[in-house]
Amino acid sequence: MTGTPVQAPTGAWTTGTLVEIDRTDRLVRLRLDVADRVDHLPGQHYVLRLRADDDYTASRSYSVASDPADSLLELMVECLPGGEVSGFLHDEAREGDVFEVRGPIGGWFTWTGDVPIVCVGGGTGVVPFVAMLRHARRIGAERLIRVCAVGRTRAELPYADELLAAGAFVALTRENLDGRVSAPPYLDELEPLVAGAERAYVCGSVGFASYATRLLGEVGVRADSIRVEQFGATA
Amino acid sequence: MPITRGFSGRPRRGRPSQDSTQRLPPGQYDTGAEWPTLTAEVTPHLVADEWTMTVDGLVDNPHTWSWRDLHALPGSTYFGDIHCVTTWSKLDTTFSGISVDTLLDIARPRPEAAHVMAHSTTGYTTNLPLDDVRGGRAWLVWEYDGRPLPPEHGGPVRLLVPHLYFWKSAKWITRLELMERDRPGFWEQNGYHDRGDPWLEQRYQGDP
Repeated sequence: MTGTPVQAPTGAWTTGTLVEIDRTDRLVRLRLDVADRVDHLPGQHYVLRLRADDDYTASRSYSVASDPADSLLELMVECLPGGEVSGFLHDEAREGDVFEVRGPIGGWFTWTGDVPIVCVGGGTGVVPFVAMLRHARRIGAERLIRVCAVGRTRAELPYADELLAAGAFVALTRENLDGRVSAPPYLDELEPLVAGAERAYVCGSVGFASYATRLLGEVGVRADSIRVEQFGATA
Repeated sequence: MPITRGFSGRPRRGRPSQDSTQRLPPGQYDTGAEWPTLTAEVTPHLVADEWTMTVDGLVDNPHTWSWRDLHALPGSTYFGDIHCVTTWSKLDTTFSGISVDTLLDIARPRPEAAHVMAHSTTGYTTNLPLDDVRGGRAWLVWEYDGRPLPPEHGGPVRLLVPHLYFWKSAKWITRLELMERDRPGFWEQNGYHDRGDPWLEQRYQGDP
Protein backbone atom coordinates (compact mmCIF):
# COMPACT_ATOMS: atom_id res chain seq x y z
CA MET A 1 0.00 0.00 0.00
CA THR A 2 1.81 3.13 -1.15
CA GLY A 3 0.77 6.67 -1.85
CA THR A 4 -1.01 9.07 0.38
CA PRO A 5 -4.77 9.21 0.18
CA VAL A 6 -5.92 12.57 -1.05
CA GLN A 7 -7.85 14.69 1.37
CA ALA A 8 -11.21 13.73 -0.01
CA PRO A 9 -14.46 15.56 0.58
CA THR A 10 -17.03 13.97 2.84
CA GLY A 11 -20.67 14.89 3.22
CA ALA A 12 -23.29 14.50 5.93
CA TRP A 13 -26.70 12.83 5.69
CA THR A 14 -28.98 14.69 3.35
CA THR A 15 -31.75 13.85 0.90
CA GLY A 16 -31.72 12.97 -2.76
CA THR A 17 -34.76 13.35 -4.99
CA LEU A 18 -35.02 10.86 -7.82
CA VAL A 19 -35.14 12.84 -11.06
CA GLU A 20 -34.49 10.12 -13.63
CA ILE A 21 -34.66 6.35 -13.47
CA ASP A 22 -34.18 3.67 -16.06
CA ARG A 23 -33.88 -0.06 -15.70
CA THR A 24 -32.89 -3.17 -17.53
CA ASP A 25 -33.34 -6.77 -16.39
CA ARG A 26 -30.73 -6.62 -13.66
CA LEU A 27 -29.68 -2.96 -13.50
CA VAL A 28 -31.28 0.25 -12.39
CA ARG A 29 -29.77 3.66 -13.09
CA LEU A 30 -30.74 6.43 -10.67
CA ARG A 31 -30.13 10.15 -11.15
CA LEU A 32 -30.67 12.11 -7.97
CA ASP A 33 -30.87 15.77 -7.13
CA VAL A 34 -28.96 15.87 -3.82
CA ALA A 35 -29.73 18.67 -1.37
CA ASP A 36 -26.65 20.63 -0.22
CA ARG A 37 -24.46 18.34 -2.26
CA VAL A 38 -20.74 18.16 -1.57
CA ASP A 39 -18.97 17.50 -4.88
CA HIS A 40 -17.28 14.10 -4.95
CA LEU A 41 -14.01 12.92 -6.45
CA PRO A 42 -14.27 10.28 -9.17
CA GLY A 43 -14.17 6.87 -7.45
CA GLN A 44 -15.98 7.88 -4.26
CA HIS A 45 -19.25 6.33 -3.15
CA TYR A 46 -22.51 7.23 -1.45
CA VAL A 47 -24.66 5.46 1.09
CA LEU A 48 -28.35 5.28 0.27
CA ARG A 49 -30.79 4.56 3.09
CA LEU A 50 -34.39 3.39 2.90
CA ARG A 51 -36.70 4.01 5.83
CA ALA A 52 -39.94 2.18 6.63
CA ASP A 53 -42.79 3.87 8.51
CA ASP A 54 -41.73 2.15 11.76
CA ASP A 55 -38.25 3.67 11.35
CA TYR A 56 -36.71 0.39 10.28
CA THR A 57 -33.86 1.30 7.93
CA ALA A 58 -31.72 -0.48 5.38
CA SER A 59 -28.73 1.14 3.74
CA ARG A 60 -26.14 0.17 1.14
CA SER A 61 -23.08 1.76 -0.44
CA TYR A 62 -22.98 2.53 -4.16
CA SER A 63 -20.20 3.93 -6.31
CA VAL A 64 -20.93 7.19 -8.08
CA ALA A 65 -21.02 7.06 -11.90
CA SER A 66 -21.40 10.77 -12.57
CA ASP A 67 -18.74 13.37 -13.14
CA PRO A 68 -18.43 15.80 -10.21
CA ALA A 69 -19.50 18.60 -12.57
CA ASP A 70 -22.81 16.84 -13.34
CA SER A 71 -25.65 18.67 -11.64
CA LEU A 72 -27.18 15.30 -10.67
CA LEU A 73 -25.67 12.36 -8.81
CA GLU A 74 -25.80 9.14 -10.81
CA LEU A 75 -25.75 5.66 -9.28
CA MET A 76 -25.93 2.35 -11.12
CA VAL A 77 -27.30 -0.45 -8.98
CA GLU A 78 -27.28 -4.15 -9.73
CA CYS A 79 -30.41 -5.94 -8.62
CA LEU A 80 -29.28 -8.84 -6.46
CA PRO A 81 -31.43 -11.91 -5.75
CA GLY A 82 -33.41 -11.12 -2.60
CA GLY A 83 -31.67 -7.75 -2.40
CA GLU A 84 -33.57 -5.71 0.16
CA VAL A 85 -32.34 -2.35 -1.11
CA SER A 86 -31.41 -3.13 -4.71
CA GLY A 87 -34.69 -4.99 -5.20
CA PHE A 88 -36.69 -2.04 -3.92
CA LEU A 89 -34.78 0.40 -6.11
CA HIS A 90 -35.20 -1.81 -9.15
CA ASP A 91 -38.86 -2.72 -8.70
CA GLU A 92 -40.46 0.10 -6.72
CA ALA A 93 -38.57 3.37 -6.99
CA ARG A 94 -40.00 6.07 -9.21
CA GLU A 95 -39.33 9.66 -10.12
CA GLY A 96 -40.07 12.07 -7.30
CA ASP A 97 -39.14 9.64 -4.53
CA VAL A 98 -36.94 11.12 -1.84
CA PHE A 99 -34.15 9.03 -0.30
CA GLU A 100 -31.73 9.62 2.52
CA VAL A 101 -28.21 9.73 1.16
CA ARG A 102 -24.82 10.31 2.65
CA GLY A 103 -21.67 11.11 0.78
CA PRO A 104 -19.27 11.42 -0.74
CA ILE A 105 -17.30 8.80 1.18
CA GLY A 106 -13.86 7.27 0.70
CA GLY A 107 -10.57 8.91 -0.14
CA TRP A 108 -8.46 5.96 -1.27
CA PHE A 109 -10.20 4.69 -4.36
CA THR A 110 -10.17 8.08 -6.05
CA TRP A 111 -8.45 9.65 -9.04
CA THR A 112 -8.32 13.33 -9.85
CA GLY A 113 -6.70 13.09 -13.28
CA ASP A 114 -3.19 13.68 -11.98
CA VAL A 115 -1.29 10.47 -12.77
CA PRO A 116 -1.58 7.80 -15.49
CA ILE A 117 -3.70 4.88 -14.31
CA VAL A 118 -5.09 1.58 -15.44
CA CYS A 119 -8.49 0.38 -14.21
CA VAL A 120 -9.88 -3.15 -14.28
CA GLY A 121 -13.57 -3.50 -13.46
CA GLY A 122 -15.92 -6.45 -13.46
CA GLY A 123 -19.70 -6.05 -13.81
CA THR A 124 -20.96 -3.12 -11.75
CA GLY A 125 -17.33 -2.73 -10.69
CA VAL A 126 -16.97 -0.55 -13.78
CA VAL A 127 -19.13 2.18 -12.23
CA PRO A 128 -16.36 4.18 -10.50
CA PHE A 129 -14.36 4.00 -13.73
CA VAL A 130 -17.27 5.52 -15.65
CA ALA A 131 -17.03 8.49 -13.27
CA MET A 132 -13.28 8.65 -13.88
CA LEU A 133 -13.69 8.48 -17.67
CA ARG A 134 -16.35 11.20 -17.66
CA HIS A 135 -14.12 13.33 -15.46
CA ALA A 136 -11.09 12.70 -17.69
CA ARG A 137 -13.05 13.70 -20.75
CA ARG A 138 -14.17 16.96 -19.21
CA ILE A 139 -10.70 18.00 -18.05
CA GLY A 140 -8.93 16.66 -21.15
CA ALA A 141 -7.07 13.89 -19.35
CA GLU A 142 -8.27 10.96 -21.49
CA ARG A 143 -4.71 9.92 -22.30
CA LEU A 144 -4.03 9.30 -18.57
CA ILE A 145 -6.69 6.63 -18.05
CA ARG A 146 -7.04 3.18 -19.54
CA VAL A 147 -9.93 0.93 -18.63
CA CYS A 148 -10.43 -2.79 -18.97
CA ALA A 149 -14.10 -3.65 -18.45
CA VAL A 150 -15.20 -7.24 -18.01
CA GLY A 151 -18.79 -8.40 -18.32
CA ARG A 152 -20.69 -11.56 -19.08
CA THR A 153 -22.65 -10.11 -21.97
CA ARG A 154 -22.91 -6.68 -23.54
CA ALA A 155 -26.41 -6.28 -22.15
CA GLU A 156 -25.31 -7.16 -18.62
CA LEU A 157 -22.23 -4.91 -18.59
CA PRO A 158 -23.26 -1.50 -17.22
CA TYR A 159 -22.41 1.40 -19.54
CA ALA A 160 -21.08 -0.99 -22.21
CA ASP A 161 -21.73 1.42 -25.08
CA GLU A 162 -20.28 4.40 -23.25
CA LEU A 163 -17.19 2.41 -22.23
CA LEU A 164 -16.58 1.29 -25.81
CA ALA A 165 -17.09 4.82 -27.13
CA ALA A 166 -14.59 6.12 -24.59
CA GLY A 167 -11.96 3.70 -25.83
CA ALA A 168 -12.14 1.19 -22.98
CA PHE A 169 -11.10 -2.37 -23.69
CA VAL A 170 -14.13 -4.59 -23.14
CA ALA A 171 -13.83 -8.34 -22.54
CA LEU A 172 -17.06 -10.33 -22.55
CA THR A 173 -16.93 -13.80 -21.06
CA ARG A 174 -20.25 -15.23 -22.33
CA GLU A 175 -20.62 -13.83 -25.81
CA ASN A 176 -18.46 -12.64 -28.66
CA LEU A 177 -17.87 -8.94 -29.12
CA ASP A 178 -17.19 -7.99 -32.73
CA GLY A 179 -14.21 -10.18 -33.62
CA ARG A 180 -13.31 -11.17 -30.07
CA VAL A 181 -14.35 -14.61 -28.93
CA SER A 182 -15.82 -14.71 -25.42
CA ALA A 183 -13.07 -14.98 -22.79
CA PRO A 184 -11.70 -13.14 -19.80
CA PRO A 185 -8.97 -10.63 -20.64
CA TYR A 186 -5.75 -12.19 -21.90
CA LEU A 187 -2.36 -11.06 -20.63
CA ASP A 188 -1.42 -9.61 -24.01
CA GLU A 189 -4.65 -7.61 -24.00
CA LEU A 190 -3.81 -6.12 -20.62
CA GLU A 191 -0.16 -5.37 -21.33
CA PRO A 192 -0.71 -2.31 -23.55
CA LEU A 193 -3.22 -0.89 -21.03
CA VAL A 194 -0.79 -1.27 -18.17
CA ALA A 195 2.22 0.25 -19.95
CA GLY A 196 3.16 3.55 -18.34
CA ALA A 197 0.49 3.43 -15.63
CA GLU A 198 1.68 4.56 -12.21
CA ARG A 199 -1.28 3.14 -10.37
CA ALA A 200 -3.87 0.45 -10.90
CA TYR A 201 -7.47 0.28 -9.70
CA VAL A 202 -9.47 -2.92 -9.41
CA CYS A 203 -13.19 -2.99 -8.67
CA GLY A 204 -15.59 -5.90 -8.68
CA SER A 205 -16.81 -8.88 -6.70
CA VAL A 206 -14.44 -10.55 -4.25
CA GLY A 207 -13.69 -13.30 -6.73
CA PHE A 208 -13.18 -10.88 -9.60
CA ALA A 209 -10.92 -8.61 -7.55
CA SER A 210 -8.61 -11.44 -6.59
CA TYR A 211 -8.54 -12.64 -10.20
CA ALA A 212 -7.84 -9.17 -11.57
CA THR A 213 -5.08 -8.37 -9.08
CA ARG A 214 -3.38 -11.66 -9.92
CA LEU A 215 -3.64 -10.85 -13.63
CA LEU A 216 -2.13 -7.40 -13.08
CA GLY A 217 0.70 -9.02 -11.15
CA GLU A 218 1.37 -11.29 -14.09
CA VAL A 219 1.84 -8.32 -16.41
CA GLY A 220 4.27 -6.70 -13.99
CA VAL A 221 2.11 -4.37 -11.89
CA ARG A 222 3.44 -4.11 -8.35
CA ALA A 223 0.93 -5.23 -5.72
CA ASP A 224 1.49 -2.07 -3.67
CA SER A 225 0.47 0.14 -6.58
CA ILE A 226 -2.95 -1.54 -6.84
CA ARG A 227 -6.00 -0.08 -5.12
CA VAL A 228 -8.89 -2.47 -4.67
CA GLU A 229 -12.58 -1.98 -4.10
CA GLN A 230 -14.53 -5.18 -3.78
CA PHE A 231 -18.06 -6.03 -2.91
CA GLY A 232 -20.15 -9.07 -2.18
CA ALA A 233 -19.64 -11.95 0.15
CA THR A 234 -17.85 -15.17 0.72
CA ALA A 235 -19.77 -17.98 2.35
CA MET B 1 -35.70 12.08 7.74
CA PRO B 2 -38.25 11.07 5.11
CA ILE B 3 -40.00 7.73 5.07
CA THR B 4 -39.34 5.94 1.80
CA ARG B 5 -42.58 5.58 -0.15
CA GLY B 6 -43.57 1.95 -0.50
CA PHE B 7 -40.67 0.56 1.51
CA SER B 8 -41.50 -1.88 4.29
CA GLY B 9 -38.21 -3.75 4.46
CA ARG B 10 -37.65 -7.33 5.41
CA PRO B 11 -40.36 -8.65 7.70
CA ARG B 12 -39.35 -7.85 11.26
CA ARG B 13 -41.52 -10.44 13.00
CA GLY B 14 -40.47 -13.26 10.73
CA ARG B 15 -36.82 -13.00 11.64
CA PRO B 16 -35.07 -15.99 13.21
CA SER B 17 -35.70 -14.75 16.73
CA GLN B 18 -36.57 -11.57 18.52
CA ASP B 19 -33.20 -11.92 20.16
CA SER B 20 -31.26 -11.55 16.92
CA THR B 21 -32.94 -8.26 16.03
CA GLN B 22 -32.13 -6.86 19.43
CA ARG B 23 -28.52 -7.84 18.91
CA LEU B 24 -28.25 -5.75 15.76
CA PRO B 25 -26.88 -2.24 16.28
CA PRO B 26 -28.78 0.57 14.47
CA GLY B 27 -28.57 0.44 10.69
CA GLN B 28 -27.12 -3.09 10.60
CA TYR B 29 -28.54 -6.23 8.98
CA ASP B 30 -27.83 -9.88 9.73
CA THR B 31 -25.69 -11.35 6.97
CA GLY B 32 -26.47 -14.90 8.07
CA ALA B 33 -24.01 -17.56 6.95
CA GLU B 34 -22.21 -15.17 4.60
CA TRP B 35 -19.07 -13.31 5.54
CA PRO B 36 -18.49 -10.34 3.23
CA THR B 37 -14.91 -9.20 2.69
CA LEU B 38 -13.84 -5.62 2.38
CA THR B 39 -10.25 -4.59 1.91
CA ALA B 40 -8.47 -1.70 0.30
CA GLU B 41 -5.45 -3.65 -0.79
CA VAL B 42 -4.35 -6.87 -2.43
CA THR B 43 -4.73 -9.91 -0.16
CA PRO B 44 -1.23 -10.93 0.94
CA HIS B 45 -0.42 -14.61 1.20
CA LEU B 46 1.78 -14.80 4.28
CA VAL B 47 3.73 -17.76 5.56
CA ALA B 48 2.86 -18.15 9.23
CA ASP B 49 6.38 -19.27 10.16
CA GLU B 50 7.83 -16.07 8.69
CA TRP B 51 5.23 -13.79 10.26
CA THR B 52 5.99 -11.93 13.53
CA MET B 53 4.01 -9.80 15.93
CA THR B 54 5.55 -6.78 17.67
CA VAL B 55 4.27 -4.61 20.51
CA ASP B 56 6.32 -1.43 20.83
CA GLY B 57 6.08 2.33 21.24
CA LEU B 58 5.31 3.52 24.75
CA VAL B 59 6.03 0.26 26.55
CA ASP B 60 8.77 -0.72 29.01
CA ASN B 61 9.50 -4.00 27.28
CA PRO B 62 9.08 -3.85 23.46
CA HIS B 63 8.67 -7.41 22.28
CA THR B 64 8.41 -9.44 19.09
CA TRP B 65 6.77 -12.85 18.98
CA SER B 66 7.00 -15.53 16.33
CA TRP B 67 3.99 -17.63 15.30
CA ARG B 68 5.34 -20.40 17.51
CA ASP B 69 5.90 -18.02 20.47
CA LEU B 70 2.29 -16.88 20.34
CA HIS B 71 0.96 -20.41 20.34
CA ALA B 72 2.93 -21.10 23.52
CA LEU B 73 0.96 -18.39 25.35
CA PRO B 74 -2.41 -19.12 27.00
CA GLY B 75 -5.17 -19.20 24.42
CA SER B 76 -8.44 -17.31 24.41
CA THR B 77 -11.66 -17.58 22.42
CA TYR B 78 -14.26 -14.99 21.49
CA PHE B 79 -17.81 -16.13 20.94
CA GLY B 80 -20.22 -13.46 19.78
CA ASP B 81 -21.16 -10.97 17.09
CA ILE B 82 -19.19 -8.78 14.70
CA HIS B 83 -20.34 -5.59 12.97
CA CYS B 84 -19.02 -4.03 9.76
CA VAL B 85 -19.46 -0.35 8.95
CA THR B 86 -20.83 -1.35 5.53
CA THR B 87 -23.96 -2.40 7.53
CA TRP B 88 -23.64 -6.16 7.82
CA SER B 89 -23.41 -7.92 11.14
CA LYS B 90 -22.54 -11.55 11.66
CA LEU B 91 -23.95 -13.21 14.74
CA ASP B 92 -22.52 -16.03 16.85
CA THR B 93 -19.02 -16.13 15.45
CA THR B 94 -16.18 -18.04 17.13
CA PHE B 95 -12.62 -16.79 16.89
CA SER B 96 -9.64 -18.30 18.71
CA GLY B 97 -6.18 -16.96 19.43
CA ILE B 98 -4.91 -15.01 22.40
CA SER B 99 -6.10 -12.02 24.34
CA VAL B 100 -4.30 -8.74 23.58
CA ASP B 101 -4.02 -8.42 27.38
CA THR B 102 -1.53 -11.28 27.35
CA LEU B 103 0.79 -9.35 25.03
CA LEU B 104 0.33 -6.07 26.90
CA ASP B 105 1.15 -7.77 30.21
CA ILE B 106 4.49 -8.79 28.74
CA ALA B 107 5.20 -5.47 26.98
CA ARG B 108 4.06 -3.36 29.98
CA PRO B 109 2.51 -0.12 28.65
CA ARG B 110 3.86 3.08 30.15
CA PRO B 111 1.39 5.21 32.11
CA GLU B 112 1.28 7.88 29.39
CA ALA B 113 0.23 5.38 26.69
CA ALA B 114 -3.38 6.12 25.76
CA HIS B 115 -3.81 5.02 22.14
CA VAL B 116 -2.64 2.24 19.86
CA MET B 117 -1.99 2.03 16.16
CA ALA B 118 -2.47 -1.41 14.65
CA HIS B 119 -0.18 -2.02 11.66
CA SER B 120 -0.69 -4.69 9.00
CA THR B 121 1.90 -6.28 6.75
CA THR B 122 0.25 -4.44 3.84
CA GLY B 123 0.83 -0.99 5.34
CA TYR B 124 -2.80 -0.75 6.46
CA THR B 125 -3.20 1.01 9.81
CA THR B 126 -6.05 1.67 12.21
CA ASN B 127 -6.04 3.63 15.45
CA LEU B 128 -7.83 2.70 18.68
CA PRO B 129 -8.00 3.95 22.23
CA LEU B 130 -5.79 1.71 24.40
CA ASP B 131 -8.73 0.97 26.67
CA ASP B 132 -10.54 -0.61 23.73
CA VAL B 133 -7.88 -3.28 23.28
CA ARG B 134 -7.45 -4.27 26.93
CA GLY B 135 -9.65 -5.59 29.68
CA GLY B 136 -10.71 -8.71 27.76
CA ARG B 137 -12.10 -6.78 24.78
CA ALA B 138 -9.55 -7.54 22.05
CA TRP B 139 -7.81 -10.59 20.62
CA LEU B 140 -5.22 -11.69 18.12
CA VAL B 141 -6.94 -14.55 16.31
CA TRP B 142 -5.83 -17.26 13.89
CA GLU B 143 -8.86 -19.54 13.91
CA TYR B 144 -12.41 -18.93 12.78
CA ASP B 145 -15.00 -21.60 13.63
CA GLY B 146 -12.20 -24.00 14.52
CA ARG B 147 -10.37 -23.62 11.21
CA PRO B 148 -7.34 -21.56 10.21
CA LEU B 149 -8.34 -17.98 9.42
CA PRO B 150 -8.38 -17.68 5.59
CA PRO B 151 -6.08 -15.06 3.99
CA GLU B 152 -9.00 -12.99 2.65
CA HIS B 153 -10.28 -12.61 6.19
CA GLY B 154 -6.89 -11.61 7.55
CA GLY B 155 -5.09 -14.90 8.02
CA PRO B 156 -2.73 -16.01 9.33
CA VAL B 157 -3.46 -13.57 12.17
CA ARG B 158 -5.79 -10.60 12.53
CA LEU B 159 -6.73 -8.28 15.31
CA LEU B 160 -10.26 -8.80 16.69
CA VAL B 161 -12.00 -5.93 18.47
CA PRO B 162 -15.60 -7.09 18.18
CA HIS B 163 -17.23 -4.27 20.14
CA LEU B 164 -16.11 -1.78 17.46
CA TYR B 165 -16.81 -1.67 13.70
CA PHE B 166 -14.77 -4.33 12.00
CA TRP B 167 -12.33 -2.11 10.13
CA LYS B 168 -10.67 -1.68 13.53
CA SER B 169 -9.98 -5.43 13.55
CA ALA B 170 -6.94 -5.08 11.31
CA LYS B 171 -6.28 -8.00 8.99
CA TRP B 172 -2.73 -9.37 8.63
CA ILE B 173 -1.69 -7.58 11.81
CA THR B 174 2.00 -7.48 12.55
CA ARG B 175 2.46 -4.65 15.06
CA LEU B 176 0.70 -2.76 17.84
CA GLU B 177 2.28 0.62 18.48
CA LEU B 178 1.39 2.30 21.78
CA MET B 179 1.10 6.06 21.60
CA GLU B 180 0.44 8.98 23.87
CA ARG B 181 -1.61 10.91 21.32
CA ASP B 182 -4.17 9.66 18.87
CA ARG B 183 -3.24 9.62 15.21
CA PRO B 184 -5.61 8.67 12.40
CA GLY B 185 -5.08 5.34 10.65
CA PHE B 186 -5.86 4.45 7.06
CA TRP B 187 -9.67 4.64 6.95
CA GLU B 188 -9.73 7.25 9.68
CA GLN B 189 -7.72 9.61 7.41
CA ASN B 190 -10.33 8.85 4.81
CA GLY B 191 -13.30 10.05 6.75
CA TYR B 192 -14.06 7.13 9.03
CA HIS B 193 -14.54 7.52 12.75
CA ASP B 194 -11.64 7.40 15.23
CA ARG B 195 -13.48 5.06 17.60
CA GLY B 196 -16.25 3.33 15.64
CA ASP B 197 -18.77 2.14 18.22
CA PRO B 198 -21.55 0.39 16.25
CA TRP B 199 -24.13 0.95 19.01
CA LEU B 200 -23.56 4.69 18.71
CA GLU B 201 -23.36 4.43 14.90
CA GLN B 202 -19.96 6.12 14.87
CA ARG B 203 -19.36 5.41 11.19
CA TYR B 204 -17.77 8.57 9.87
CA GLN B 205 -15.65 11.41 11.18
CA GLY B 206 -18.02 13.88 12.73
CA ASP B 207 -20.50 11.26 13.93
CA PRO B 208 -21.12 11.95 17.59
